[in-house]
Amino acid sequence: MAWVRACATDEIDEEDVARFDQGDRTFAIYHSPEDAFYATDGLCTHQAIHLADGLVMDHTIECPKHNGRFDYRDGKALGAPVCVNLRTYPVKVEDGVVLVDVG
Amino acid sequence: MAFTGTRRDYGLLGLDAKAAVENGLASAKWYSCPIGRKELKEFMRRSDGPALRDTALWFGLLAFSGGAGVALWGSWWAVLPFAVYGVLYGSASDSRWHECGHGTAFKTRWMNDVLYNVASFMVFREPTIWRWSHTRHHTDTVIVGLDPEFNVMRPADVLAILLNVFAFKNVVLGFKQLVLHASGRVDAEEATFIPDMERPKVFRTARIWLALFALVVLACVLTHSVLPAMLIGLPTMYGAWLQLLFGLTQHAGLDEDVLDHRLNSRTVMMNPVFRFLYWNMNYHIEHHMFPMVPYHALPRLHEVIKHDCPKPYPSLYAAFAEIIPAVLRQAKDPTYFVRRELPSRAKPLDLQPAGPGMVAAE
Repeated sequence: MAWVRACATDEIDEEDVARFDQGDRTFAIYHSPEDAFYATDGLCTHQAIHLADGLVMDHTIECPKHNGRFDYRDGKALGAPVCVNLRTYPVKVEDGVVLVDVG
Repeated sequence: MAFTGTRRDYGLLGLDAKAAVENGLASAKWYSCPIGRKELKEFMRRSDGPALRDTALWFGLLAFSGGAGVALWGSWWAVLPFAVYGVLYGSASDSRWHECGHGTAFKTRWMNDVLYNVASFMVFREPTIWRWSHTRHHTDTVIVGLDPEFNVMRPADVLAILLNVFAFKNVVLGFKQLVLHASGRVDAEEATFIPDMERPKVFRTARIWLALFALVVLACVLTHSVLPAMLIGLPTMYGAWLQLLFGLTQHAGLDEDVLDHRLNSRTVMMNPVFRFLYWNMNYHIEHHMFPMVPYHALPRLHEVIKHDCPKPYPSLYAAFAEIIPAVLRQAKDPTYFVRRELPSRAKPLDLQPAGPGMVAAE
């Protein structure tokens, strides 16, 4: 386990996403409509576009370049042009801080 | 005088495709006008309402004009309703195909998918093939050798453009590909942008479409009339002319191989009827820069970023006053293009706005 601080919970609006970089890795952190937090790889599996620039609708993240969609809870690709699932990471919230297990 | 110089290779497997990759033009970082994350989110917000209203109106007009055409069939008066029906069928379907392909017309995904497939048939673009082709068009817009959706290459082929006034070239080539796909194959260029897992869908759809066209022909034979084809199939051709006019405004005559949509795309002001038929794709710079913004929000987005963009064309007429001479000149001189002037206060190309929502690691 390698828990790292991604952001404060109030840094991401509900039903929105933010980018989190660590070293040469980039992640997307999601705040769901039910006030839960999730984390995935930060780049779309189709063409390496930052998903944090995309649109969160319910539990879906839409890539800003080609509108490919994933369920950010399990990383599932929801149809063309995305065919490869996103990797997801465990998340926990402690004292108003979002922690991601990037290990 | 015909062009006799060296031609660029617009094929997806040619020398210019290789050069574009080597020059860093493939899947590159594009210029984006500065806009705050919160404001952009508002523009990106999805809704079913506008597209449901517009789709009901579109199908209502199709039913009314098609019904009038059937009622008047046999007299010259039928020309009028079929002229309207043809434009609604063969031209307005282009923008519905496009917006639903992006998944931005409706909030509800299945609604996008249903209308996408219906509009694809009307405009005669195989849905899976063209979904992937359009994806590439957005990745590598007007990059020679990478963009499969050039509508005017250099030197400009004026005859090919004229043949598409009634979609003749598109339909002939489209049928050739349809038969190929129905036989269970894609060609080498298509193989560069369609993943293996999507191909069974291509083959299945091609077979269904061929069966539908066979049914239309059978209906014509059984009724001893071309009327069934006037309603399904032929309007793709006799109603295509407005789609061509709209489509040419997007990129024709402008620069190639530039990573800035402000220089290779046009925003053209249009009247409300054209904007209904074209679903606001006249805001083409805005669409390419922010493809997640639904068509109904593009006019508002335009107001926010216009200070950073070239002046929009005030009318379709103004756009064609530039496009026609430019394309005619490109038929002889493929080095010619219209250079768009950026406003003096526009951000320069090498300054990318910071990514929104950035959270630094500790």
